[in-house]
Amino acid sequence: MKVFTYERARTPHEAVTALARTPGARFIAGGTNLVDLMKLQIETPEHLIDIGRIGLDTIDDTPDGGLRIGALVRNTDLATDMRVRRHYGVLSRALVAGASGQLRNKATTSGNLLQRTRCSYFYDPNQPCNKRQPGAGCAAIGGVTRQLGIIGTSEACIATHPSDMAVAMRLLDATVETINVHGQSRRIPIADFHHLPGKSPHIETSLNQDELITSVTLPPPVGGRQFYRKVRDRASYAFALVSVAAIIQEDGTGRVAVGGIAPKPWRIEAADSEIPKGSEAVAAKLLAGASPTAENAFKVSLVERTLAAVIQEAKAS
Amino acid sequence: MKFDRAAGQNPIDQLHVVGHPLDRIDGRLKTTGTAPYAYERHDVVPHQAYGYIIGSAFAKGRITRMDVAHAKAAPGVLAIVTTLDMPALKNGPMNTAKLFGGPDITHYHQATAIVVAETFEQARAAAALIETEYDHDEGQFDLKQAQHAARPVQGANGSRADRVGDFERAFSASATRLDETYTTPDQTHAMMEPHATLAAWEGEKLTLWTSNQMIAWNRRDIATALGLSKENVRVDSPYIGGGFGGKLFLRSDAVLAALGAKAAGRPVKVALTRPFIMNNTTHRSATIQRIRIGTDRDGRITAIAHESTSGNLPHGRPEAAIDQTKLLYAGANRLTAMRLAVLDLPEGNAMRAPGEASGLMALEIAMDEMAERLRMDPVRFRILNDTQVDPEKLGRPFSQRHLVECLEHGAEKFGWSRRNPRPASVREGEWLIGMGVAAGFRNNLLTKSGARVRLDSQGIVTVETDMTDIGTGTYTILAQTAAEMMGVCIDQVRVILGDSDFPVSAGSGGQWGANNSAAGVYAACVKLRENVAEKLGLPPAEAQFSGGNVHVGNSVFPLGQAAHESELVAEDTIEYADVDKRYQQSTFASHFVEVGVNGFTGEVRIRRMLAVCSAGRILNPKTARSQVIGAMTMGAGAALMEELAVDTRRGFFVNHDLAGYEVPVHADIPHQDVIFLDEVDPLSSPMKAKGVGELGLCGVAAAIANAVYNATGVRVRDYPVTLDKHLAHLPRMT
Repeated sequence: MKVFTYERARTPHEAVTALARTPGARFIAGGTNLVDLMKLQIETPEHLIDIGRIGLDTIDDTPDGGLRIGALVRNTDLATDMRVRRHYGVLSRALVAGASGQLRNKATTSGNLLQRTRCSYFYDPNQPCNKRQPGAGCAAIGGVTRQLGIIGTSEACIATHPSDMAVAMRLLDATVETINVHGQSRRIPIADFHHLPGKSPHIETSLNQDELITSVTLPPPVGGRQFYRKVRDRASYAFALVSVAAIIQEDGTGRVAVGGIAPKPWRIEAADSEIPKGSEAVAAKLLAGASPTAENAFKVSLVERTLAAVIQEAKAS
Repeated sequence: MKFDRAAGQNPIDQLHVVGHPLDRIDGRLKTTGTAPYAYERHDVVPHQAYGYIIGSAFAKGRITRMDVAHAKAAPGVLAIVTTLDMPALKNGPMNTAKLFGGPDITHYHQATAIVVAETFEQARAAAALIETEYDHDEGQFDLKQAQHAARPVQGANGSRADRVGDFERAFSASATRLDETYTTPDQTHAMMEPHATLAAWEGEKLTLWTSNQMIAWNRRDIATALGLSKENVRVDSPYIGGGFGGKLFLRSDAVLAALGAKAAGRPVKVALTRPFIMNNTTHRSATIQRIRIGTDRDGRITAIAHESTSGNLPHGRPEAAIDQTKLLYAGANRLTAMRLAVLDLPEGNAMRAPGEASGLMALEIAMDEMAERLRMDPVRFRILNDTQVDPEKLGRPFSQRHLVECLEHGAEKFGWSRRNPRPASVREGEWLIGMGVAAGFRNNLLTKSGARVRLDSQGIVTVETDMTDIGTGTYTILAQTAAEMMGVCIDQVRVILGDSDFPVSAGSGGQWGANNSAAGVYAACVKLRENVAEKLGLPPAEAQFSGGNVHVGNSVFPLGQAAHESELVAEDTIEYADVDKRYQQSTFASHFVEVGVNGFTGEVRIRRMLAVCSAGRILNPKTARSQVIGAMTMGAGAALMEELAVDTRRGFFVNHDLAGYEVPVHADIPHQDVIFLDEVDPLSSPMKAKGVGELGLCGVAAAIANAVYNATGVRVRDYPVTLDKHLAHLPRMT
């Protein structure tokens, strides 16, 4: 870990002011990902601004019937909120499918969105990685790729986004709200929040350098039966090989998003309309243009089969 | 004490204390976090500094230059030692990878420097400032490619294979045949406590407070590496947070703590980081195993061959995956052989049940496949091919062999008769349900073991031996042994372990620890009993020890009275003559498993597990059960998830942390039943006990793989059995 300085902000405004004042500063909230990365010197912030006590930790009803989730609401608190459990079951299920109880007690809503890939090569500073060092090359391509992406990847990076929560947020059409030191705020649709790697895999989100996420807003509930099905080698505490978030209405229509296969939560709106036709039709639309490796080609069929499981469960219940 | 014939009646047979499921005497320390592990020995020496080790960033070649100027100038840095500062250190006899010294790099994350600083973070930050330049060499990292150049490993008679009868002829003449190839991946021990050492010098005398299974080996090897006399080295390792064979040997933490302490003129402590452990230390080597079995029309094995190929660094040893096949089943015509390829990966060496664990993963699938070809129940097929003698030397019996009882008893307890022999025919909702069985087998090794026992005037008995407790329950069973022998309660016994100042024991490894080290304590106690009798003026043969007293006829003396004037001390070593040559000593088990395989996703989840073990006298059923359920859990990992993923271009294990290298979590493990057959083995030692800690692992993975096959009808012969290997062939859910 490199030496860094530390301060604790008391308000969101103090936080963005401190950020503007200190080049190379990073916010820290739960620290469940950032601290690990600092130990390996994959992240080397010179200054940390602790935003753990700036508020933004409540879940509030919005006038239109949705929910505004404070950026610092803990994953555990979000997963167990009665409104979330009742109306946004997919979000609650995605959250409890992730990490462990201890980590969810620390991890925050905005931190979860901003967590970085778990690609093994990203985690080994001896290996070239375009995310860590733009232009260095990618050791993962041609290497051990079973866990890595099959779609939305590029010649520069085939890493996946590891979040479960973000997949549900994408399915629910959440909006990320930010502020900056000039008092400006932005509303970023979740679809636009995470970037595909293209030639610049180190740029992972559309967050500007001076911005702080203040909340994530959910539109009014859409009803339906809500599923989060996470497929993994062990029963708990593992990143998804494939995960499927879905809302299926009584009439058989619905929407679907997929995790574990792409650099961002993967949703193709055109696939939603295929749901009544069944899993193969949905998967064909979702995965058009997929470019898996030999090691992770199974994910193509696993997506389809997991969709089939979800659709079957929706029908059965 | 020389053990040269079957043990007769002795005080252990009273079973007042031995054989009872007592709680661990060190349990409170463990559960309250107050047992001091190596990195926590804050009180043993003042002014401790922190060391941080860096390793090679590439797999093979040599270092041309190391620039430590920036690191040396970093805050808090006390000393830096690099591998260019000295020639290559000498290895001990059990190891091949270089631990430190010289420019040559033979594997990824080979230690290249230690930075010593006032704090851990200062040391780690400074270590990142060392600049290293390399010349790379091409390496071979792919066992599948390298197997073609693999060399035969000499068999017992210096031949390329061990043969009995004429395998080829018998195999081609057999009525039913199987010829299949199986693979097992590289695995890492993944013990909870990382390798850690605190080192301090007093002149030429070195003390290591460390985490090591084999104190005497560690002492010998650090003396060899640093050119010290053994007498100038003390090793202390009272608590060990798991080893599984990964801590049998001297590793870089101890070597570099010692070198760092010398350079800094301060005690230095070092713990290996998790990402470093997988590539810096040892691992269980991957294998490619070809098995051929031929039977007659009745299903009796007439020909059996097991050939295994593994890889290692030059001068390394093979993974002896053929070992159990020499002894487990009958058959007149036999062939076993190993080949060893040179790989430039980290050193392959012992991991829990080396040899048998990997070998049974293959053999016991092969037996399942063969039973299916014969349309025979797999339990019955194994029973039919049982042998009561060493099948390579028919005049040599087993000391005890109850494999058939393990299988029969297990089948009954598990409800094996409810298994549908037709694969993929049992469904519960989305889940395909299957049952599997495998035999377990692991040899019982006899090795000499010493101990010292002390008696004070309060009647307190103190046991001292360099034996270790790696989480197995050694403290408790040695206390039970001494209590039984001296006729006292277990809370009258103190046990001090892991100190090289104490008599040399068997150490912990190869499941030889419990039987041999307890027998060592037994031997010392026999001497102490004689001393006590003599001190009290009693005829030794007539003295009875019980209830804290010594009895002869109607006379009763408090035990402590014998030490009234001064403490009594006795020391002895159990040594074995040739009983294990005359009798094959092995332990046996049956493993039964039920799994569910999700018909949509292919995920495998274990639903029930049962092990029935035959391992001589069980010294403490509670700690023994803990050993076996831990081993069954490890077997679940081996079956379903554990694999060090090799980057065959860059030559390293890629998934080098516990996020990438998955081991079972609680949610993976269902109810586990363990049954020990009630038996004693008088040929194993005066304790009449054998090992169980490795037996519990042997066969588990194959039982799971066989259950998966029974569930799905898809045979996977490459471990781990992950969903991608059967997904495409699963029956379509409707």
